[in-house]
Amino acid sequence: MNDKTRKVAILGGNRIPFARSNGPYKRASNQDMLTAAFDGLVERTGIAGERLGEVAGGAVVKLARDINLTRESVLSTKLAPETPAYDVGQACGTGLEAAILVANKITLGQVDSAIAGGTDTTSDPPIAIGDDLRRVLVEINAARGNVDRLKAVAKLRPSMPIDFPQNAEARTGLSMGEHTAIMAAEWGLSREEQDELAAASHQNLAAAYDRGFFDDLVSPYLGLKRDDNMRPGSTVEKLAKLKPAFGGPEGTMTAGNSTPLTDGASAVLLGSEQWAAAHDLEPLAYLVDAETAAVDFVGKKEGLLMAPAYAVPRMLARSGIELDEFDFYEIHEAFAAQVLCTLRAWEDPVFCKERLGLPKPLGGIDRAKLNVNGGSLAAGHPFAATGGRIVGGLAEQLKENGGGRGLISICAAGGQGVVAILEA
Amino acid sequence: MSDRYSQIVNNPVGDFIAKNLGLPRPTELERFQPGQPLTSGRALLGAAPGGRLTETLARELALAEVSTDTPLDEEVRAAAAAGDLDAGIWSADAPGSSRYKALVFDATGIDDSTKLRELWAFFHPSFRSLQPSGRVLVFGTPPKECRSTREATAQRALEGFTRSIAKEARAGGTAQLVYVAPGAEGRLASTLRFFLSARSAYVSGQVARIGNGGKVPEIDWDQPLADSVALVTGASRGIGEAIARTLARDGAHVVGLDIPPQADDLSRVCAEIGGSTITVDITDPDAPAAICERLQSEHGGVDIVVHNAGVTKDKTIVGMDEDRWSVLVDINLSSEERINDALLEGKVLNEGSRIICVSSISGIAGNAGQTNYGTSKAGVIGMVESMAPVLAGMGATINAVAPGFIESQMTAAMPIATREAGRRLNSLSQGGLPIDVAETIAWYASPASTGLNGNLVRVCGQGLLGA
Repeated sequence: MNDKTRKVAILGGNRIPFARSNGPYKRASNQDMLTAAFDGLVERTGIAGERLGEVAGGAVVKLARDINLTRESVLSTKLAPETPAYDVGQACGTGLEAAILVANKITLGQVDSAIAGGTDTTSDPPIAIGDDLRRVLVEINAARGNVDRLKAVAKLRPSMPIDFPQNAEARTGLSMGEHTAIMAAEWGLSREEQDELAAASHQNLAAAYDRGFFDDLVSPYLGLKRDDNMRPGSTVEKLAKLKPAFGGPEGTMTAGNSTPLTDGASAVLLGSEQWAAAHDLEPLAYLVDAETAAVDFVGKKEGLLMAPAYAVPRMLARSGIELDEFDFYEIHEAFAAQVLCTLRAWEDPVFCKERLGLPKPLGGIDRAKLNVNGGSLAAGHPFAATGGRIVGGLAEQLKENGGGRGLISICAAGGQGVVAILEA
Repeated sequence: MSDRYSQIVNNPVGDFIAKNLGLPRPTELERFQPGQPLTSGRALLGAAPGGRLTETLARELALAEVSTDTPLDEEVRAAAAAGDLDAGIWSADAPGSSRYKALVFDATGIDDSTKLRELWAFFHPSFRSLQPSGRVLVFGTPPKECRSTREATAQRALEGFTRSIAKEARAGGTAQLVYVAPGAEGRLASTLRFFLSARSAYVSGQVARIGNGGKVPEIDWDQPLADSVALVTGASRGIGEAIARTLARDGAHVVGLDIPPQADDLSRVCAEIGGSTITVDITDPDAPAAICERLQSEHGGVDIVVHNAGVTKDKTIVGMDEDRWSVLVDINLSSEERINDALLEGKVLNEGSRIICVSSISGIAGNAGQTNYGTSKAGVIGMVESMAPVLAGMGATINAVAPGFIESQMTAAMPIATREAGRRLNSLSQGGLPIDVAETIAWYASPASTGLNGNLVRVCGQGLLGA
């Protein structure tokens, strides 16, 4: 085993525009979209026909037939079919976790190049059959002969339910929005500050598109050139008109400051410096560190989406970097409330002492450096595709900036969080 | 002895009628039951910038396991963290539906009248979230110990605030001001706990002063008086019986004292609480010596002395014969002085002991027909004030409670109109119970109350007469 590690470069990113569910992508499958994201990346970086070290990807809402989703997608691209692939699953952390996994193989010298990606569609969800119905159907299928088959059919009942996927935590029965509403109330967030964050997300995304920032990051798909959830004219006044969606009639969370259900896919190309040089690719940035954390949102009732607030301090302690020593902060806007709770937590002496065991608070960040090219609230959030969107976008931003350091923070269902540091 | 009006008004029809006729609607007060947690709800802790007590309050709330929130103010949050208080967040802008059992405010940072608006800033958004039988506690610096006249002025102003907000509190809510002298921060725990809990149900609009005193020992808050001996005069019935039972509940061995005609009742009460008895008339010239001898030989001294025995002999001054005057003053005041002298001379008071005297609002505000009683009870206050330095010199304390209208045999014997008026003329719109006086005495008696000396606290539901 190699006992030396090497730097991992991010060489390019590509995604298809994200679309609101049951819209332009309603007939697109996860495999279609992931393949499209890969193909766009392959074309832009000129690696058609290459055998990559590996490709890692995933989807949170997966059909039963997609057991080999990423491998099947790779087989549909112009990459060499000898490229291995596997699926990763960590809810919304999937995309970033996939990037970390392949990066770790690169750094160890096990592979020289890899793609990390993710896709999700909520327009094409799996329909699960309730267990009762499922067992009868299995019996019907396994029956030898018509008599047995009829006996099995006779067990069917109209009351046997079909399970549509619920956006709820299995252990609490609450949806993610309801969990976040609890967090927002605990941290005393106002409606206004959440709407401000949401408006900034839209305005920044629109400005980024307008200046051509996404020219090398987004490839058109099924008639879309830009994320169709984006509202360039978004303002706090307009957002203030929306009714609360979570937290009861007095709630501060609305459809405007929560991410909508969307479809889309993304991918990022990573490699060693030598491989990059050999393929005429210039590193945009380097993935230098990463961390994951999980919270007990059931027993200890920690906020469901507070895990990144724990992951980042651990990573910073290891790297010796202070929270305010970043040029850019990319915090996934699952809800404006999630971002704001996380920032508040890092400034709060009680949270930092009682939960993180730190002698003094981590401190605040410069809000002008947060999600400078727009965030999930504007672009949308196809769950597994967000990691790739953020990694590719931050790497591009660091290159545009002529260098610097960026922090990525992504929360995930099940009370987890994945964070990383990029440097250029 | 039952408060029938309260019973009538606390059912739906009576409540409707009372509401529409603008009659008082007394809430049934939450009272302490052993085994209960300190508070039945959350506390909200706030402070004016520059407060010196916030960290101590946070630490004591954490030790008392009171779930607490604070505003998202950096100074308060840092103080909470330093005090190891795992406090949640309350936002003045988005108050939401959080309800609080207690609002605790450190006002020691208010060193100028222009900063008094910090009171408004904290209570204006939070007061409506106070639950029934809720508690408001404001902490300040004694004006005499302030460093400037401006600071003393502002700190004196706090009393007008707490007395007024006590009158606005609905549904059994109370409010108090606690002055904590510089250096006395380590002695505020017993007072904080008393006023937060249901033990202080009938105390409102009062001022407690915590000053210097001995080191606060480690105590079991559920049995603070364990291993102590308490003498309670007039223990056979009424308030005295409640005092005896409460001190015994808190762990003390109670020596009950009463006159020979009450011997049977006294024995019954003291047997039930595992205490002992002294049957003597306290006006008897030999009584002080006899009491001292009993306490010394059977118990090795005494830790707590509660001067509760007292009588009324109401008559207007014009109709009062000399006997009515002299006997009453002798029983209610002079005999207490003689007993105190004997205890001090005979060194019967143990280290860290407590003398608690039962005064009355009659001694503060006066009552027609009670020139004798009022005189004696005001004298009790004078005794407490003048003896406080003496006791301080021996590491002991002396304090007074002044009961208001307490439901007892004494008040049941009043004519109905006077009785109803007495009951209703207070912020809580009801009479108190003997246990309310007893709990207040137990607070003074606690070994942790080393900082309380020379205090006078009324147990009157914030009676409207006198101040």
